[in-house]
Amino acid sequence: MPNTGKSTLFNRLTGAAARIGNWPGITVDLLSAKVLLAGAMVEVVDLPGIYNLHGFSDDEMVVRRFLETQAVNGLVVVLNATQLDRQLSLALQLKRLGLPLVVLLNMVDEAKRLGIRVDTEALARSLGAEVALLSAKYGQGFERVRGLVENLLRRHPAAQHGHAEAFREDEDIEAELASLVAQSVHAPALLDDARVQALDRWLLHPWLGLPLFFGAMFLLFQLVYGVGTPLQDLMEWLLVHFQSLALDPLLAGAPPLLKSFVEDGLFNGVGTVLTFLPIIVVFFLFMAVVEDSGYLSRAAFLMDAVMARLGLDGRSFVMQLMGFGCNVPALMGTRVMRSRALRLLTMLVLPFSLCSARLQVFLFLTTAIFSPRAAPVVMFSLYLASIAIAFFTALLWRKRFQSHEPLLLELPPYRLPTLKQLVLQAWQQSGHFLKGASGFIVIGVMLVWLLTHLPVGVAPASAQSWAGAIADWMAPAFRPLGIDALQSIALLFGFVAKEVMIGALAVIYGVGEDALKAALAARMDWVSAYSFMLFTLIYTPCLSTVAVLKQESKSWAFTALAVAWPLALAWGISFAFYQTARALGF
Amino acid sequence: MDTPLDQLHPRQTAEIQSIQAEREFSRRLFALGLRPGQLIRVLRSGPLKGPLHIRVGHTDVMIRRQDARRIQVRLAPQT
Repeated sequence: MPNTGKSTLFNRLTGAAARIGNWPGITVDLLSAKVLLAGAMVEVVDLPGIYNLHGFSDDEMVVRRFLETQAVNGLVVVLNATQLDRQLSLALQLKRLGLPLVVLLNMVDEAKRLGIRVDTEALARSLGAEVALLSAKYGQGFERVRGLVENLLRRHPAAQHGHAEAFREDEDIEAELASLVAQSVHAPALLDDARVQALDRWLLHPWLGLPLFFGAMFLLFQLVYGVGTPLQDLMEWLLVHFQSLALDPLLAGAPPLLKSFVEDGLFNGVGTVLTFLPIIVVFFLFMAVVEDSGYLSRAAFLMDAVMARLGLDGRSFVMQLMGFGCNVPALMGTRVMRSRALRLLTMLVLPFSLCSARLQVFLFLTTAIFSPRAAPVVMFSLYLASIAIAFFTALLWRKRFQSHEPLLLELPPYRLPTLKQLVLQAWQQSGHFLKGASGFIVIGVMLVWLLTHLPVGVAPASAQSWAGAIADWMAPAFRPLGIDALQSIALLFGFVAKEVMIGALAVIYGVGEDALKAALAARMDWVSAYSFMLFTLIYTPCLSTVAVLKQESKSWAFTALAVAWPLALAWGISFAFYQTARALGF
Repeated sequence: MDTPLDQLHPRQTAEIQSIQAEREFSRRLFALGLRPGQLIRVLRSGPLKGPLHIRVGHTDVMIRRQDARRIQVRLAPQT
């Protein structure tokens, strides 16, 4: 069953780190690990959580195909002890496979609090399986579970296939489930959890619900920057010292071009990823708290009506919010969607979320060009533009990505993750990010270095360099937007990672970051600056995002669309803004 | 008298009578505990004619109105 703590158990059993979240259907790729159990190496496979053995969702197909084709020693099924009234149906379906079965009732701590009593012996008799109570989160009952699994392995050392008829229809299961629940589970027919209801009354309030949610999200981002920025500074400090203490002496005798390639190209490329890392880790940590809390499902509930009119659903909105931190984890979060069309449409609008990298660029430019009074208003207008453009894109493309996925979403009880779960998750997610994005960023930065430093002997990023030639060639496209050739080279850098743009501008103008503000103010008025920012907000997502778009959509055609559409839109909107403002006499 | 689920007001409790849905959707409903004979309570509805927040058995679920329409329920006597 989804969201029952299966991954937590898998982690405890194998010491590996599968993904944990209070959000249904979080494990998508099959995780497996080899563990020493009952004196032999055993492969433990973490199958996706499913509601039903006969369903047609991706997850359910995966599990069915696995059970149809693979011989196994036995099955361990994890159920939520507070929801046995419905979850036992899966145990009944699995019983028909005729395979050795261990049924684990997780979250006994919650069940106890809610006054649910389970007669495990009656359950074991009816199911013909070992039944154990467990709290995977706190590790209670875990040793007994391990013992049960080892017993199962000793009694059934040979792997076997399940009965094929178990995959056929089962119309009589309803009656069987009803009698099984009546026999073995003692609980009120409709469960009332006072704690959850009190919180829901405020958090799902018809008028206050959304403002409270946005307030909470705002605080969260403040916290991410509050905690992440000093760490980022620390990382930068470390890198600067690494360069001056190790890299510079090492390259002292090297030819200037090699030195420049290693330092300005490679080192800056790796450095970009590394300075980005603290914010990502902190962001994932906080996101883990929000995810585990059960609040995201509620945000989906609050926004669903609006999103439905755009061809999306409540979950798309949740992803968009996550995208304000970083688009990459938000894109990975779309895995919970079953309909491919819905998922692709969500992935198409997500890169418009004004991520923290773009925020840095905008903070720099607004303080350089606008008065202190106007700057916050300009920032706010960019956030509004980010949401409006995402909604506009969804409206425009919803016909192409039509989905009729009935939205049935569980609203789980509020939970707090344990510290260990948090650290594990942040660690694993950050690792995933690094693995997926770092190669791309390093190659991209090296390419930009080559463009700005070749042919040999030219001044970096000058008109004679290859980048200069490209800028020259692009100039007719950018002139109507009020963006000059030199600035368009910065946009080329921005394609790698948006946070490189400011540094790139500094290289291009040949000044340090401090003098850059004055240099920019001398070359841009507010109209061309805003046009430049609009373009930066909308145009092609950064390389990491493109990489994840490809990885998640598994389609080059879609990835191409997700790159080309924002580029076209950016040009159109900047053009309309710049020309209108100029025509009005600004 | 049977009514579609989306006609229920918040805090009303009813018993599910029948579900008209294609196989895949009715399976998902069943898996979440929505099956004939079960007691169901509408807790609230989302802003702007949004989805319904319902409780069935021990589970809270959100369901869109257009999907809820396919579930016939009979009002339970108020307790």
